[in-house]
Amino acid sequence: MSDELYDDYILDNYESPYHKGHLEHPTIAHEDENPLCGDYVHLELLVDNDQVKEARFDGHGCAISQAAASILTREIEGKSLDELKGFQAPQMLKLLQVPLTASRQKCGLLCFKILKTMIYTLDDKKTST
Amino acid sequence: MFAIELSTKLDIDAVRREFPILAKPLPNGMPLVYLDSGATAQKPRQVIDKLVECLENYNANVHRGIHALGDRVTTELEAAREKVREFIGAAEVEEIIFTSGTTMSINLVANAWGRKFLKPSDEILVNEMEHHANLVPWQQIAHATGARLRFIPLTADGRLDLSTLDEVLTERTKLVAVTALSNVLGTINPIDEIAARAKALGALVLVDGAQSVPHAPTNVRSPDIDFLAFSGHKLYGPTGIGVMYGKRKLLESMDPFLCGGNMIRRVRKESSDFAELPAKFEAGTLPIAEAIALGSAVDYVQSLGFAAISAHEHALTKRAYEKLSQIPGLVIVGPGLEHRGAIISFTVEGVHPHDMAELLDRRGVAVRAGHHCTMPLHELLKVTATTRASFALYNTLAEVDALCEAIEYARKVFRRK
Repeated sequence: MSDELYDDYILDNYESPYHKGHLEHPTIAHEDENPLCGDYVHLELLVDNDQVKEARFDGHGCAISQAAASILTREIEGKSLDELKGFQAPQMLKLLQVPLTASRQKCGLLCFKILKTMIYTLDDKKTST
Repeated sequence: MFAIELSTKLDIDAVRREFPILAKPLPNGMPLVYLDSGATAQKPRQVIDKLVECLENYNANVHRGIHALGDRVTTELEAAREKVREFIGAAEVEEIIFTSGTTMSINLVANAWGRKFLKPSDEILVNEMEHHANLVPWQQIAHATGARLRFIPLTADGRLDLSTLDEVLTERTKLVAVTALSNVLGTINPIDEIAARAKALGALVLVDGAQSVPHAPTNVRSPDIDFLAFSGHKLYGPTGIGVMYGKRKLLESMDPFLCGGNMIRRVRKESSDFAELPAKFEAGTLPIAEAIALGSAVDYVQSLGFAAISAHEHALTKRAYEKLSQIPGLVIVGPGLEHRGAIISFTVEGVHPHDMAELLDRRGVAVRAGHHCTMPLHELLKVTATTRASFALYNTLAEVDALCEAIEYARKVFRRK
């Protein structure tokens, strides 16, 4: 049985997520939730020399929110902070490879929102030191 | 009043023909299986017609215009108020305050009664199954007055644990705020016993009737309750209109909540005198057509009769409860059938409620997923969200079967055996 939204790519990432867990010494960690539905994602990055060396996430919620976090952690490892600054919501949605209705985009973009907050926080720190 | 012979069985096909939306296919071509009446009920033709009739024929402001339209619309509005009075068994028509809905009704009582009469040593008795609308206003009033919130504990199966009521209902309790029917657990609460025990200690009783009023007879004088809040839109009426019933003596003692037009008798530069009931609590312009159409919704429900409505909805709930219980990994929250109204919320192992709702929607089955404005209850249940099916008088046993089949479909999509 397959579904246009819940295809194997989403379900595999949901059920066997990439890099779910915690880093021993994250450079930065941040979390957020969709209060209405209770989707929750916590994201941790190890950044070295302005490059994401490792990413881990933890969380609970719908398949879309959790699969998106898994897909995002895989995508951002090895990317520079400058590259991630240019990383935009439509690209994130494209990575999911499935069509999301407006109401489900909140689920699919939760981890992206967290990443963006982290990137700007790191940027702030850099300019203030 | 003469007795009207009402059938105890609904002619469900005839009932469904009264609801135009039920015959319209969804964008994906599937027929609509609407199991979200706990969020808002669909509207019968006579309610829709009444709204249009008002807007097309006698739209004017009420209690103001000295002209033909103003007279007509005022007569219609007051007729609707009288229908509501009779429907809930209130003693006087002035005790029926039109509001925007249950939320506004409870906020009105919390502010107009609570701010004036609650003191730091007083207690307000609530519980964790309440909708946020019957919890958060009391939290705010407690913060403002120094009064304290107490909670009636819940049993493991989601009922109020009255065995411990003596510990939380005491002489310090000034008001008990309780729902007659939980919007998540489906629990029918024993308002009779709670009201009797509250009265014995001199506490007032506010009943949140948002879920109960559309499904079972309500009489504010038996059991004896002081305030009743409910919404028009869950009672097959329009959105934007609701009711706050309060006993005259209490309403007279309370100060106005919202101030402005309609609610005053005389305004001076520095102070004002307020209008008589019910206008004292109806500041500004009411949702007039909506209030008038609420009268038609009351007529509609009464024309079918609660004997037939309750019997039909119980049959739907029983079928759903029994069939859902057979689905592997599905857990129903709340009590067994003997304590349950027409609401069933559940979780399914491996399928998050939002994914469940989305997949049910593929099959035309409309349900609600989330915390249903009861976050403390979901915390107590140790789940972040549930999927809720809520039934109404127009649902069919075949729709219950469609729900169960759609859940099986969702389980298969999520590769559950």
